[in-house]
Amino acid sequence: MTSHRLPTGGRLDRSRRVEFSFDGKQLAGHPGDTLASALLANGQRLMARSFKYHRPRGVVTAGSAEPNALMTIGREGRTEPNTRATMVELYQGLEAHSQNRWPSLDHDIGALNGLLSRFLGAGFYYKTFMWPASFWEKVYEPIIRRAAGLGRATTLQDPDRYEKTWAHCDLLVIGAGAAGLAAALTAARAGASVVLADEGMELGGGLLSDPAAWPQLTEILAELATLNVRLLPRTTVFGWYDGNVFGAVERVQKHLAAPSPDAPVERLWRIAARQAVLATGAEERPQVFAGNDIPGIMTASATASYLHRQAVAPGQRTTILTQGPAGFALAAQMEALGLEVAALVSLGDGPSWQGKAPLIRGIPGKAIGGKSLKALQIEGGARIEADAIAMSGGFSPVIHLACHRGTRPVWSDARQAFLAPVEQEGLLIAGAAAGLSGHAACLGDGAARATAALARIGLRATPAFGPAPEDTIAQPPLGALGKTKGKKFVDYQNDVHARDLILAAAEGYADAELAKRYTTSGMATDQGKLGNINAAAILAKARGTTIAEVGLTTFRPFYTPVSFGALAGTSRGHDFQPVRRSPLHGWAESLGAEFVETGLWYRSAWFPRAGETGWRQSVDREVLTVRRAAGLCDVSTLGKIEIFGADAAEFLNRIYSNGFAKLPVGRARYGLMLREDGFIYDDGTTSRLGEDHFYMTTTTALAAGVMTHLEFCAQALWPDLDVRLASATDQWAQMAVAGPMARQILQRIVDTDLSNEAFPFMAAREVPLKCGITGRLFRISFSGELAYELAVPAGYGEAVAAAIMTAGAPEGICAYGSEALAVLRIEKGHVTHAEINGTVVPADLGMGKMVSTVKPDFIGKHLLDREGLTDPARPQLVGVVPLDPAMPLRTGSHVLAKGAEATLENDQGYLTSSAHSPHLGHSIALALVAGGSQRHGEEVVVWDGLNDAAIPARLTSPVFIDPKNEKLHA
Amino acid sequence: MASLIPCPHCGPRPKEEFTVRGAALPRPAPNAPVAEWQAHVYLRENPRGDYAEHWHHSGGCRRWLVVNRNTATHAVHSVTDAAGERP
Repeated sequence: MTSHRLPTGGRLDRSRRVEFSFDGKQLAGHPGDTLASALLANGQRLMARSFKYHRPRGVVTAGSAEPNALMTIGREGRTEPNTRATMVELYQGLEAHSQNRWPSLDHDIGALNGLLSRFLGAGFYYKTFMWPASFWEKVYEPIIRRAAGLGRATTLQDPDRYEKTWAHCDLLVIGAGAAGLAAALTAARAGASVVLADEGMELGGGLLSDPAAWPQLTEILAELATLNVRLLPRTTVFGWYDGNVFGAVERVQKHLAAPSPDAPVERLWRIAARQAVLATGAEERPQVFAGNDIPGIMTASATASYLHRQAVAPGQRTTILTQGPAGFALAAQMEALGLEVAALVSLGDGPSWQGKAPLIRGIPGKAIGGKSLKALQIEGGARIEADAIAMSGGFSPVIHLACHRGTRPVWSDARQAFLAPVEQEGLLIAGAAAGLSGHAACLGDGAARATAALARIGLRATPAFGPAPEDTIAQPPLGALGKTKGKKFVDYQNDVHARDLILAAAEGYADAELAKRYTTSGMATDQGKLGNINAAAILAKARGTTIAEVGLTTFRPFYTPVSFGALAGTSRGHDFQPVRRSPLHGWAESLGAEFVETGLWYRSAWFPRAGETGWRQSVDREVLTVRRAAGLCDVSTLGKIEIFGADAAEFLNRIYSNGFAKLPVGRARYGLMLREDGFIYDDGTTSRLGEDHFYMTTTTALAAGVMTHLEFCAQALWPDLDVRLASATDQWAQMAVAGPMARQILQRIVDTDLSNEAFPFMAAREVPLKCGITGRLFRISFSGELAYELAVPAGYGEAVAAAIMTAGAPEGICAYGSEALAVLRIEKGHVTHAEINGTVVPADLGMGKMVSTVKPDFIGKHLLDREGLTDPARPQLVGVVPLDPAMPLRTGSHVLAKGAEATLENDQGYLTSSAHSPHLGHSIALALVAGGSQRHGEEVVVWDGLNDAAIPARLTSPVFIDPKNEKLHA
Repeated sequence: MASLIPCPHCGPRPKEEFTVRGAALPRPAPNAPVAEWQAHVYLRENPRGDYAEHWHHSGGCRRWLVVNRNTATHAVHSVTDAAGERP
C-alpha cells in the first residue's frame, strides 16, 4: 500500500461505500471517487500495460487527457473498452478490467517487447514489414493487430438508449472552471440564455482542487441555479462546426449502476450558440526524463486533484519536480496536510521556500522502480528515495475547439505556449485557455469575455468579477532532460520516447505532421494532449529551430472519443430506418403473402397456397390465373403526384418527351421523362382528371426523386408557370385488376358503365363505387391483359380489395404479387428500371416515336441528337428465347455472337430481365443488345460466366404475348 | 455535425434538412447551340471561394433555394428562393 486515503478532507460522501472490482479483485470507494482515485486509494497504482513495450503504467493525470489508465469497464452488452479511469465515476458494482496484458497485469509476457525495443523504434513497421507483399495481409497484420495494445469492443447488443437533441442559446460557455463560471454568471445576470457545459462530474474545474476556493464556488453555483442557465455537467463539447454549432455529448447515466430505461445513457447535443466562450483551462505538461512513466509519477495538478477532491495521498514520500511556482504551492499544501515531501526539485527559478523538504536545484536524471516508483536520481546529484513524483512542466492552454474550423495555433513567447486567437467570429477564449494563470485572474477574464461576447449580439452585461493579477510566470517546454540513458517518454499512450523523435528528425520526418505519422506520437485516444508540446520542443532542438517553426499537428473533432451509441442515437435496430407498409398490407397478410423489401417498402411478392412447395409454383399459378381469368395486385407503392394549375398541361408537356398538352380530360397517357442529358429518367402514366388537374404515377423507387425533379422544374426553371404539386403516394390504395374477366368482376364493384365504349383503353376518371365511396379508375395495363387500376382513399383499401376478391370468386380471381407482375410484364415486353438503367435513350427501347419533334422544348430534348445517342449499333431492347426450351436464361448473362469467344471485345450486351414464362412454357428474357432491333431471329449465345453456361438462344421481338394488343383493347 | 442554413421561409434550419443539387446555373434558351447545352450539363466551375448553388429544403418547406456560400470558409452569404432569384 503506497497510496492511501487521508482520514479527513475531500469532496467525498464518506458515509456511503461503493463496491467495485478491478481485474476481479473486490475493492471499495465512496461517492465522489473516480475509478482512478478509488484505485489509488486502494493502493492499486499499476493500472495498465503500455501499448508497445507493455510497460507497467499508472495514472498521470486526473482528467480527460489521461494516456495510460485505459480500462475496459462494464460487462456483456455494456462492455466499454479504452475508457479513461480518470473520467469514470465510481458506481456500485462497477467492473473494471485492465487491457493489453497476458496472462495478467502483474505478469505480462508482452513486456519482453521492452528488451527488443532497439528494434522497435520509430518507423519500425514501415521498415520491417515491407516484403514479401503477400505476407502483409496474412501474417504481419494479424500479428500486429493482436499485439497492439487497446481493448476489445464487445459484439453484443448494447441494451441502453441513446438520443440526440438540440439547444439554442445566446451564450455557450465551455468549461466550468473559474473563467467559465464567471462568464456564465456575468451573462446570466444580464438576462442572456446560457448553456454551461463541463466534461467533469462536478462543475468547478480547477477550483475543485483548491479547498480555499470552495466557498466561493458554492456561492456561484447557487446563484447560477436561480438564473436562466442550463447546467450540463458530464458533458464534453467535442467540436466546433459551421454556423457556430457545437457538438457535445452528455453522459446522462453512465455513472449509474442501474441506468433507467426511461432515459438515455448518453445524449448527443447540437448546440447552436449565438456566441461562445471557450474556458477549457490548461493541461499541465509532464517532464521528459528517463523512467518518467513508472507508476507513482503524475502531474502536480493531478496530485493536487486527488489530494483535495478525493483525499488520496499520492504516496508515502513524494518528490516534487517543478518548473516555476506550481510545485512550490503543492509542496506547501502537502506539508500543511502533514504529508512527507521527500524533496522539492526546482528546474530553473522558483520562489523562496521555507518548507521542511530540502530544496534541490537540478534536473532529474532517472526515475528508479518497476511496477512502482522507488527513487529519483538527480542528474549528477543525490538519489532521493520516494514512492511518488509530482511533476510540473508548465501549462499548455486547451485550445483544440478554437482551432476546429481552420484557425492555426500560434506560438507565444510571452506565454511559452501555443495560443489560438482570443477573438474569433462567434467565439472568445477566456482564462487559462487563453494562457492566463490564477483563479482570480481567470474569474476576471471570464467575466470580461462574456461581457464582450454579449456586446457582439447587442446585450449589455456587467462583469461579475473585476480584473486581477496573474500568479505565475510562463514556463518553457524543456524537451528531453538529462544525459542518462533510458526511455524518456513523450507520448505515453503510444510509447513514443525522445529518441524516436530524434530518429524521425534524422531520417527526414521532422515536420510535425510527418513525425506524428512516422512515430505515432500524438495519435490514438488522447491525440497527444500531454505530449505534443514536448514533442515539438524535441523536434525543434533536433532541427536546430524554434518550437514556433515546428508547430503543432491539426486539431480536429472529436476532442475526446465519442461513443458510436451517441452518434447513432435512436437510429438502430427497429428504428434504423422507417418501414413503409402499403395500405393493403394487412389484406395481403391475411392471404398469406410473402413480402419482399423494396427500399423502405414491404411489397407482397407472392401468395403461396396449400400444397405449393416453392415460390415458382405460386408465381406460375398467379400468372396463368391472370392470363386465363383475373388477378388483383397491390400497386399502392407506386409514386403518386397530384398536379394542379392553369399551366399544369404546359408543365407536363415540358417534363415529358412526348406530348401532354392535348391530353383530353378523362384520359391517361404513358409518358417518358428524360434527364437534361437525354437519357431516360423515369416512365409512368399520367391521367388528366380535370382541365387543370393531373394525377401522375412514378416508379416506386423514384417517387421522391421525381417529386424533387418536378419541384425543381416548377420553382427554379419555370416559376412563371401556374402549377402546384402534392405528393399523394400514401393517400391512395391502388390495385391493379387484370385479366380477361377483369371487367365483369369490377362491374360488380364500380357504379358506372365499364363497357369498352363507355370506358375504353386508357380511360381515366373518378368513378362512384357501389359501396358509396368515390375512387379513381384507370384502364391501363402493365400485364398486357385487359386491366384496370383502381385507386381508393388509403383507409378504404383493404375493404375494397376484399370486396373485389369476393366479387371475383366465381371467376376464380387470385391475388398476385410483385413476382408474378414481373413475369407478366416481361412476357408483354414492358420495361422497368432494369432496362431504364441510366444508359438508355427512348430509341433504344423502341420508343423513339415518344420523342416529340414538334415541341420547342422539353427536359432532355437538346442533347438527345448527339452522335453517340443515334448510333444504330447502340444496345437496343430485344427479347431472347433459348433454343432448347429446357434451358433457363439468367439475368446478367451476356450475349455473344455464335461461335465467338467470351471476351470483353466480343460482348454484345446483356440480359436485363428474365423469367420463366408459364404461358410459353420456357424461359424468356429481355436484353439490351448492340443493334438488337434489326437482329430479330438471329441465333446467339447467352453466356453466363457465374454458372459457366453458354446457352444457344435466339433474339426476338421483346413482346412475347399479344403483339397486336388485342387483349388490351378487348 | 450540423450547421444552420437560413431558409427564407423556415428560418435557420440544420443543413441535414437540405439536399444540394449543385451550381445554380441558368438553363440555356431552347434554341441555344448544342455546345452551350453540353457545357450546361457537363461543365462546372470548382471555385475556392464564393459559389451559388441550388439547395432543396427537402426536409422542410420543399422550396428550391439559391444558396450563396463560400466553399473555403463555409460561410453562407445569402439564401433566397430560387423562384425569386433566377440565375
